[in-house]
Amino acid sequence: MKRRSASMFTVVVGAGLPAAVALAGPLGLPPVPVPADNPMTPQKIALGSKLFNDKRFSSTGEVSCATCHDAGKAFTDSPLQTSEGINKLKGTRNAPTVVNAAYFTTQFWDGRSASLEDQSQHPFVNPIEMGLPNHEPILKIVRTDTEYVASFRQVFAVEPAAITMEHVKKAIATFERTIVAGDSPFDRYYFGGDKAAMSESAVRGFQVFLGDGRCVSCHVIEQDQALFTDNRFHNVGVGINRIQDKVPEIAPKFIEAKAKGLDVDKAVLSNPSTSELGRFAITEELDVLGAFKTPTLRNVEVTAPFMHDGSLKTLRDVVVHYNNGGVTNKGERVNDFLSGGIRELNLSDQQITDLVAFMEALTSPQYAKPATVSALAAGGTP
Amino acid sequence: MSNNYSRRSFLRTAGTVAAVGALPLTLVELAFAKAEDNFTFAYISDSHIQHIRGTKFVNNWDRGLIRAVAETNLISPKPDFVMFGGDLAQLGTKAELDHGAGMLGKLNGKLRCVMGEHDYYLDLGEYWSKLFGPQYYSFDHKGVHFVVLNSILTTDEWTYKRWPTGEQRMLEMAGLDNPNGSPFMVGEKQREWLAKDLAGIAKDTPLVVFSHSPIQKIYKGWNFWTDDAEQVQALLQPFSKVNVVYGHVHQIQYNQIGNISFNSVMATAWPWPYPQSYAQAEQYMPKLTIPMNRADPFFERDATGWQLIDVNTGRVALNYNLYSNRPRTVAFDPKLGHPVDKQFQAEATLQPNQTQY
Repeated sequence: MKRRSASMFTVVVGAGLPAAVALAGPLGLPPVPVPADNPMTPQKIALGSKLFNDKRFSSTGEVSCATCHDAGKAFTDSPLQTSEGINKLKGTRNAPTVVNAAYFTTQFWDGRSASLEDQSQHPFVNPIEMGLPNHEPILKIVRTDTEYVASFRQVFAVEPAAITMEHVKKAIATFERTIVAGDSPFDRYYFGGDKAAMSESAVRGFQVFLGDGRCVSCHVIEQDQALFTDNRFHNVGVGINRIQDKVPEIAPKFIEAKAKGLDVDKAVLSNPSTSELGRFAITEELDVLGAFKTPTLRNVEVTAPFMHDGSLKTLRDVVVHYNNGGVTNKGERVNDFLSGGIRELNLSDQQITDLVAFMEALTSPQYAKPATVSALAAGGTP
Repeated sequence: MSNNYSRRSFLRTAGTVAAVGALPLTLVELAFAKAEDNFTFAYISDSHIQHIRGTKFVNNWDRGLIRAVAETNLISPKPDFVMFGGDLAQLGTKAELDHGAGMLGKLNGKLRCVMGEHDYYLDLGEYWSKLFGPQYYSFDHKGVHFVVLNSILTTDEWTYKRWPTGEQRMLEMAGLDNPNGSPFMVGEKQREWLAKDLAGIAKDTPLVVFSHSPIQKIYKGWNFWTDDAEQVQALLQPFSKVNVVYGHVHQIQYNQIGNISFNSVMATAWPWPYPQSYAQAEQYMPKLTIPMNRADPFFERDATGWQLIDVNTGRVALNYNLYSNRPRTVAFDPKLGHPVDKQFQAEATLQPNQTQY
């Protein structure tokens, strides 16, 4: 069976792919898309990693990217419900994992960034994340710190005074493109042909995933790879349900404020009601009111709690929410803007249990809980 | 003109008008002397609320109407009024009409309704009229004369003599392609009323006529049809700006006959395919034994929608709010003299053909 670890990446120079080169992915994942103007090099990855972990890029000197995207927690801040920035300030959204973020066509829960490069600049200057007034303090450090000076010169052939945020963003994005993980029990079962790789319950759960659960319509699986996302935005009745009576007041007011120059990045992370407008806050299309990006399900087991607002504690809670047709407690009012794909599922208790078991089979070896790893080792699974 | 058309949500577009006053709803040039005479109205249609039993209704159709109402309530500045274009109910029962009226009751602002065949043929519109008032009427708003017709009537023989019960009569008319149905018509009595109603109206007053069936002949087999369409059109032709807006077809259509522009509206319930007459050649498609109720079977709102309409030129411009699809605008083009789909018709913005597999 072919297996590759994230660190042993191979750059595939795409014949007939002038716009981008692709990075071969682990089992179950397609090649990582790499923009033509930001090629992967080992030095750039190392620089990106250093920037990602540098706490000096926050107003208090206590918060780095890694604070909320902790490698030891599958690049999340689990078990926090929503992320904590400087001075323990709480945001409105659950930290999405960086693992496999390289495959998303948009970044952030509401897709307000089109690339990893663009995304990386925003948390620095969000008042409840890293709290810098602007990007100048970062540039000051990377232009004077001797290690950074040497590193930027080597990677970008740029002198200190000429270092810009473009270089910083490119380095961070390059590091993030190496954080990919497949090779889960599901991948070995489905793409690797190892029928013993998943438990019987997970195998049954896979059928629920494809059938009665209707999961696969958004959490997409292809013939030779599975990203578990459609890269689209759906109102699934999370968050919006809490503010639905206020929508007629909030939505037009927000649009008016935005037309007058409101900073959307700051507004959606600091105002819990505005946050729940979801993708609508970005595109202003009624079709996506209360809608958020379909997250990948890879490694979902180790990134609790769940959903964009971290409001559901367990995977079982998530399945029950969908089973209820988009409400967390049966009988609650379904929101008026619910995606047309969400309806009651009438899953049995056994099906719910199996579906959870299936999701637990999506964990990559490097993020598996120690017990799972030792169990695998004891079983001698490759 | 269309090249510059900015695809935006209604709320953004409308909100911008309120906030900045820069971007009109459409780029149709304003014909009215006073800017304050410009107005919009919302149009929701074909919700087909369907009773199952007890307090249970078909969830899919409920969600379509609930969503259209909620979205209409968000539009800013507020539309001057809301039209409901007919077929609120599926089988015309009190339970269905009451349930639908409850959902429509959540609309902010004035509601006016058009009769559809699914509302009518159980009790010949009796309960519907109790809820929504007269079956045909006219009103004036900001210099435009509006007419609402009940266009889904048919012969007395079919209506009163052929069926043992109202329930059976309703079921026979409810099937789209049921050969036991009967062609729709406005009828002599209403045409006489219309002639009188229009007699006092200046010929340069913009007319907007609402009907459930198209007041034009498209496809008789599916009752995309009004049998006395020519006679009704003859009453409308003397006016310089005439717009007929109809439901029933659950798809976007537009046409021009003389001075009359025709525009259809979308359903909130489900889409209909194009009638077979559009194929123009023998088709070898496999016959469907499993009904397809939308283009993307997962997303129940796919291929449905509702519309925001403005009449700033005395001609209607329909802004379609569609789900999982790009919004579309069909507006009268004064240079061409007929309605044009702003996005899909203009040469420069033609969409590449879909790849067929």
